[in-house]
Amino acid sequence: MAKQKEQKQPLPPVAEWAPALALSWLIPGGGHLLLKRTGRGLLLMAAITSMFVCGLMMRGAMFQPESGDLLTTLINTGGFIGDLASGILYLLSQWLGYNQPDMAGAVHDYGTKFLVTAGLLNILAMVDAFDIAVRRKD
Amino acid sequence: MPKMTLSHFEATMLFSLFTSVVLGVVTKRTDRDRLHYGIYTFVCFFVALLGLGWLMYFGHG
Repeated sequence: MAKQKEQKQPLPPVAEWAPALALSWLIPGGGHLLLKRTGRGLLLMAAITSMFVCGLMMRGAMFQPESGDLLTTLINTGGFIGDLASGILYLLSQWLGYNQPDMAGAVHDYGTKFLVTAGLLNILAMVDAFDIAVRRKD
Repeated sequence: MPKMTLSHFEATMLFSLFTSVVLGVVTKRTDRDRLHYGIYTFVCFFVALLGLGWLMYFGHG
């Protein structure tokens, strides 16, 4: 019953939710700030940005899309999408010339995972901002 | 940018903290539930970390 009710709600016009979604990608927590969820926006911004910066400080490597066998393609393309999802953090690091080769070592490896996870967490924040913008959530 | 060198424990604790904050914020609908879920997630990470750490210790011989 509740599911049927949810399905019947039409999606608001794109102009209502697209700016929040785009800003949420570009600036982690930015979509929430635009939608006047200041506390949550600042928490998301602090957590995602800190995670990304820690990844950089641990000299994690950024993924580049690579073709080859299925696993290589999956890992590298998935990792690239994860990196890219951090928005301005990823773009800034590229523009400022961050280029860490993939090196052996636990700390570098943690750094790489921190960078990808920051992007994946930002995707969660984008979905949350979208839900707020279309009034599925407060 | 300064270089950061962390132990396995420190790195996983930082990872757990940041991830728990985001999961807490985006998952629940009230601030109280968000706080509870964030703490719950962090504790789960911590327990899994300790459990897997000991498992690897004993598994390694």
